[in-house]
Amino acid sequence: MTAKELKNRSVNYRKKILQYIVGANAGHTGGSLSCIDILNVLYNHVLNVSPANFSSPDRDRYIQSKGHTVEALYVVLSDKGFFPEQDLETLCRYQSNYIGHPTKKVNGVEQNTGALGHGLPMAVGNALAAKMDDRDFRVFTLLGDGELPEGSNWEAFLTGSHYKLDNLCAILDYNKLQISGTTAEVCNTEPIDAKLESFGWSVKHVDGHDIEALISTFDALPFEAGKPSFIIAHTVKGKGVSYMEHHVKWHHGVPNEQQYQQALEELDSVTI
Amino acid sequence: MEAVAENKTISGKANLEVFSSTLQELAAVDRNIVVVTSDSRGSGKLVPFGQRFPKQLVEIGIAEQNLVGVAAGLASAGKKAFAVSPACFLTARALEQIKNDVAYSDNPVKLIGISAGVSYGALGSTHHSLHDFAVLRAINNITIVAPADNYETAAAIKLAAAAGKPVYLRFGKKQMPDLPQESDQSFRFGKGRIIRDGDDVAFIATGETVYPALQAARKLEAENNIHAAVISMHTIKPLDYDLLALAAKKCRTIITVEEHSVYGGLGEACASFLLQNGIMKPFKITGIPDEYTVTGSQNEIFHHYGISEKGLADTALELMRKITGEL
Repeated sequence: MTAKELKNRSVNYRKKILQYIVGANAGHTGGSLSCIDILNVLYNHVLNVSPANFSSPDRDRYIQSKGHTVEALYVVLSDKGFFPEQDLETLCRYQSNYIGHPTKKVNGVEQNTGALGHGLPMAVGNALAAKMDDRDFRVFTLLGDGELPEGSNWEAFLTGSHYKLDNLCAILDYNKLQISGTTAEVCNTEPIDAKLESFGWSVKHVDGHDIEALISTFDALPFEAGKPSFIIAHTVKGKGVSYMEHHVKWHHGVPNEQQYQQALEELDSVTI
Repeated sequence: MEAVAENKTISGKANLEVFSSTLQELAAVDRNIVVVTSDSRGSGKLVPFGQRFPKQLVEIGIAEQNLVGVAAGLASAGKKAFAVSPACFLTARALEQIKNDVAYSDNPVKLIGISAGVSYGALGSTHHSLHDFAVLRAINNITIVAPADNYETAAAIKLAAAAGKPVYLRFGKKQMPDLPQESDQSFRFGKGRIIRDGDDVAFIATGETVYPALQAARKLEAENNIHAAVISMHTIKPLDYDLLALAAKKCRTIITVEEHSVYGGLGEACASFLLQNGIMKPFKITGIPDEYTVTGSQNEIFHHYGISEKGLADTALELMRKITGEL
């Protein structure tokens, strides 16, 4: 898929994220919009995973540690053919399989996440299994910046480098906002790159909304043989909708009809 | 202070040792058997396993949350992952990982809580697991098993290895005798084992408390002509309701015994079932009461709280007196 095609998809994904969040009157809007370009490039350029090979032991694994931005994941999975898009009309409804955090009830989801600090240890386990069995699959996990203080992440950072898991890549959706304010105010985790490097990971920064930059960064994996890779993807919470960008109230805010129409107009006017 | 003599007549091994040797048997023919430990190779008797199968042992270091999360990832990628850690840390420090990464995500990890209950004795409450049945019973999709003897341990490890579902096994490090059983009963999760028949008292016991219950039953027979049944209710969940109902209807009194808080464990599980099914008998939960646990060895703690030949026999006599009206 070309970069232009990916960019068109990103616009489309953003519209669908808003459509289903508005339909459910619930969802994590800001974070879904900040991580969607990363998911787009992962599922359409990087991952060897599809409905056809999802039960294969050799498929690549993607575990969404920041489970609350599940709307972004569901939209991409439906686009990849894991389930009919119309299923998303039941998002968060009574008896729906489409829970407000990733669930294996939904085809294409690897693990039930949502509690923070859980994706990385499971990804480490997947990557270890690949090494033990000499399988070539790779493992990716997406972390939110707000979940970085969870101790379990740092335990898993240690294990990832201890076992030299260069088949493992963790991506930080670094939009720098969490529910109570900026990540710097809530619990300053900087310098993240120096910390991760000291934990034995190979680190790169990227603009998490620059499709070409994301492609070239993922294409460079592993950044160093014998080390797990960490991508600090600088993103904008609410990216693509002017009144949402950089505003923490859109962490789980749902646009009203007027706001929704304005968002669609803005997204439709994007020139690619 | 009254000293409590250890029972010197037991010739069996510690269940922990049986766990280790059984796992080696399995690993020799199945390379997917993987042990994941948190610096617990020594206390888990797993040093020989690590020497024989270095590629099938994942050392995490002292990080129990990560231990369980990594084990879930290994299990989801096809490994038969045994996450081994002292029960006190495994089921408290890593409870959210057990709830979400193992049970809710349905990753068939075999959680092995070693040195469970008050096995660590005088090391104190940080090292005791008197909560594990209670917290795990309230979590969907996990089988909870406390084997009583070497036979049950070996069988439980083999079943756990083959299980496609999450399992929690807990055992201690005390030498255990092989218990008799009433008939040829194969070991299955969710099916209690009748160790001794009787119709006056039903001791419903689990784990390392089954043996003192059996000793008490023999004492009651010899000294009081009271016929006590003993059931090894090794599986706390799913509980063997059929056997429980059978024993409760047949016997005149019921005593549950567990190396666990009297809150939320085997006793309350039995009480809940019996009450909701209208089976009313004099009933006593024996376990560790809700207090700062007394200091001592496992054996001394057992005696202090009446989990002993004499203590359990006295409890049985007290319940029987309620029926007969004798003082």
